[in-house]
Order: sequence, then structure tokens, then C-alpha cells
Amino acid sequence: MTNTQHTRTQPTVRTCPFDPPEEYRTLREQAPVTPMTLPDGATGWLVTRYEDVRAVLSDPRFSAKRTIPGAGSPEMNDAPVPPPPPGMFILMDAPEHTRFRRLLTGQFTVRRMRQLAPAVEKIVAEQLEAMASAEGPVDLVQAFALPVPSLVICELLGVPYADREEFQRNSATFLRLDASPEESQQAQTAMRGYIHQLALAKRENPTDDILSELVQSGELTDEELAGVGVLLLIAGHETTANMIALSTMCLLRDPEQLGALRADPSLMDSAIEELLRYLTIIQFGLRRTALEDVELHGHQIKEGSLVVASLASGNRDAAHFTDAPERLDVGRPFSPHLAFGHGIHQCLGQQLARVEMKAALSGLLDRFPTLRLAVPVEQVPMRDNMLVYGVHELPVTW
Amino acid sequence: MKILIDEGKCVGAGQCVLAAADVFDQRDEDGIVILLDAVPPHELLPQVQDAAARCPALAIEVVE
Repeated sequence: MTNTQHTRTQPTVRTCPFDPPEEYRTLREQAPVTPMTLPDGATGWLVTRYEDVRAVLSDPRFSAKRTIPGAGSPEMNDAPVPPPPPGMFILMDAPEHTRFRRLLTGQFTVRRMRQLAPAVEKIVAEQLEAMASAEGPVDLVQAFALPVPSLVICELLGVPYADREEFQRNSATFLRLDASPEESQQAQTAMRGYIHQLALAKRENPTDDILSELVQSGELTDEELAGVGVLLLIAGHETTANMIALSTMCLLRDPEQLGALRADPSLMDSAIEELLRYLTIIQFGLRRTALEDVELHGHQIKEGSLVVASLASGNRDAAHFTDAPERLDVGRPFSPHLAFGHGIHQCLGQQLARVEMKAALSGLLDRFPTLRLAVPVEQVPMRDNMLVYGVHELPVTW
Repeated sequence: MKILIDEGKCVGAGQCVLAAADVFDQRDEDGIVILLDAVPPHELLPQVQDAAARCPALAIEVVE
């Protein structure tokens, strides 16, 4: 492969805040597997069709191990892949990944998460009460969308919510596309240190939470425990917070769909799946590395190549979502979507996310029947430069 | 219809329980799939097929 083949860059510019970049549609139709340069300068292959995204993410020949800048060019094929930081099991393959995942899956089952629903609803109600006592407009992100999942994951993990300012700042740095490697590293080191200290305290005085259980299980080293804790803390609040705020904005801009949902609250479950599909906040997709030469649509993906599976593009693929995938339809019959990824890494916390989104959106719509944006939609600052898409703030009034 | 599950592949995502709660459950201790009914009535076929399609780890096989 020559470098000239990498002139295409991964599309990042949106024309509508709720749609992935327009270029993905053309790619799906004309170049579903294409060489490209990523926003951070790495080169590899971009995969944009639903079936291909699923195929890549469920194929053990594509590794989740941390990829290397320049992967995909022949001269880099022999470069060693650095080991993932201890406990960062989203960057591991089976059976290493299995060991970590199995320690945690029991904590996030459908049953356990449904049992948690009343506690989540209580947190939602308290945040809504506090918000209602303020004069609008308020920033929905700070007043509601971020506190709800932060409070929930802090409670589950056993992390003091009072410490949120620091870990929210570090977590935001970690997810910023334009953060330097040094900044990302510093943020990660700070978070690891923080969780490590907490774990030490819990070894002395165990409490009823996931970190204490992990400490007591004796299955993990201190370093691994810190990595797992950081991962759960970041994944536990950033993703859901952005889904709550972006979903609210999206619904407020679509009176017909919002009206349908208000008129028939039983649509909430399907509305949540549809918002997950339609908005797909993991906006730049998931990265994998080919462990051997693989052929995909006639292209030879060489061993060592970086492959990006675009969840956002796959979720708009008309070959799978045959009924107008570009349209938000809160009553759309369910069809498996890619918002939580696919394969062995599919989101561990997805049942928690569903419970949180349902409580948050139902509670918000009930409590504020006249909720509306307080600024024109073009003035809402979008998270275009963040790995997790959404809004930086969302001024609303009622 | 007969259902085969592969516990070794299961990653505890819970998709099958959402799709067909009469047929699939999860172990409390590690979230791994439990087959409640290996030979469910035919009318559950669409739900079971949905569960198999959703499973991110391809751990469910439906033999018709």
C-alpha cells in the first residue's frame, strides 16, 4: 500500500448536529472499506456499513489492543504493539479480557440494574427538584445530565461524589481529541492514583460497593484495580451524561417526535433505543488492529493495519435500518443497533445506561411540560472534538 | 426449535434477556447466560431469533 491511498481523512465535519458527517453516506454506497487518515494522523482502514462493522467487531482476527500511529503502512508492520495499561480491559483480547469482564458482568446484569431503578429515580427526582427551584434558564448539563449518572456511578463504585470536580476534569481531558499525549497521560495517572488511594482505604474498611468487592475478591493487583476503577468511572458518567443532554436537545428540536412520546409514555423504551441508534455518541468509531492478513470487500487488510469500525455510520445504514434511517422515529420497531458496540467488548454498563436514560428522560419530560431551548440551536456548543459526542452545555428554560 | 448456548463465549451483555426473558436469564454471580428453556414453544421463535441476532458474542445458536 502506498501513502497516496491515505489521502482520504475520516469524516468529522457535521452539517446537522444530530447527523453523522454527510460523507459517510457516500462511503457506505461507494467505498464501504476505504484507506484513510484518522483525525489524529494515524492511517488505516475505515469501515462504514452495518454488516461490516459487526463483522469486524466480532472477529477475533481484529484485536482491541492499543494500536500504533502509522499502523497500516508496510514499514510499521513489524512494530511491536505496546501492552495495555494494567486493568484497561477495553484494550485487551480474550482470554486476558475475559478475566476482567467476568469479574464485573455480575454487577451489571439486567436484573441488578432493574433493581437499581428506584434508587436512580430518586436521584433524578432530587436533581429535578433542585433545578426547578432555580430560575430558568439553566444549563441542563450541569444541573441534570451530568449529576445523575455521576451520582449513580459514584454510589455503585463507592467513589465519594464530593471528589467529582477533579475526576470529571481528568476524565474530560482523557476524552479530548486535541489533548496532547502528555496531557492524556497525566490525566490518566492522576485518576489511577486517586482510585488506588480509594482502594487502599477500602481494603481497611470495606463498604458495600464494586470497588470494595473487587478489593476483597483478591483477583486483581493494585495496578489492575486502579485501571478497572478508572475505566468504570469514566465510562459510567461521560457516556450517559451526553446521551441524556443530546437526547433532550434532539427531542426539543423535533416537536412531532416529542409530542408522540409525551402522548404515549409507553414508547419510552423504544425511544431510548432509537435515540441511542440515531445519535451514536461514540462518534469516531472503534479501533481495531488486524492480527493477520484479512480480506474485506476485496481489500487486503494487512497484518498490523489499523481498522476503524464506524458505529455512527453503521447505525444509519439503510441496508439494515430499511425504513428511513436518517429519520428519528421514537416508535421504530427494534432492530439491533451498534451504539454500544458489538463483539466481546460490547458495553458492560448498557443495562445501567438504559435504566438511567429512562429515569432521566421520563422524569425530565414529566417535571417540565414546557421545557424548551433557551438559545437558538446553532448557539449550543457541540462536542465536536470529543471522543464522546454531545453538548458542552445546554441552556434550557420552561 | 432447539437452542444451544456457549457459556464460554458469553460476555454477559444481557441482550438475550431483553429479547426473550422467558427463555434466557443471567447468573447472579457473573452475569453469564442461563437457558431457562432449551426447547421453547414455537411462538417464541421470533424473540429467540432476536436474542441470537443481538448477542454480541455470537453465543446463541437456534436450530429450527
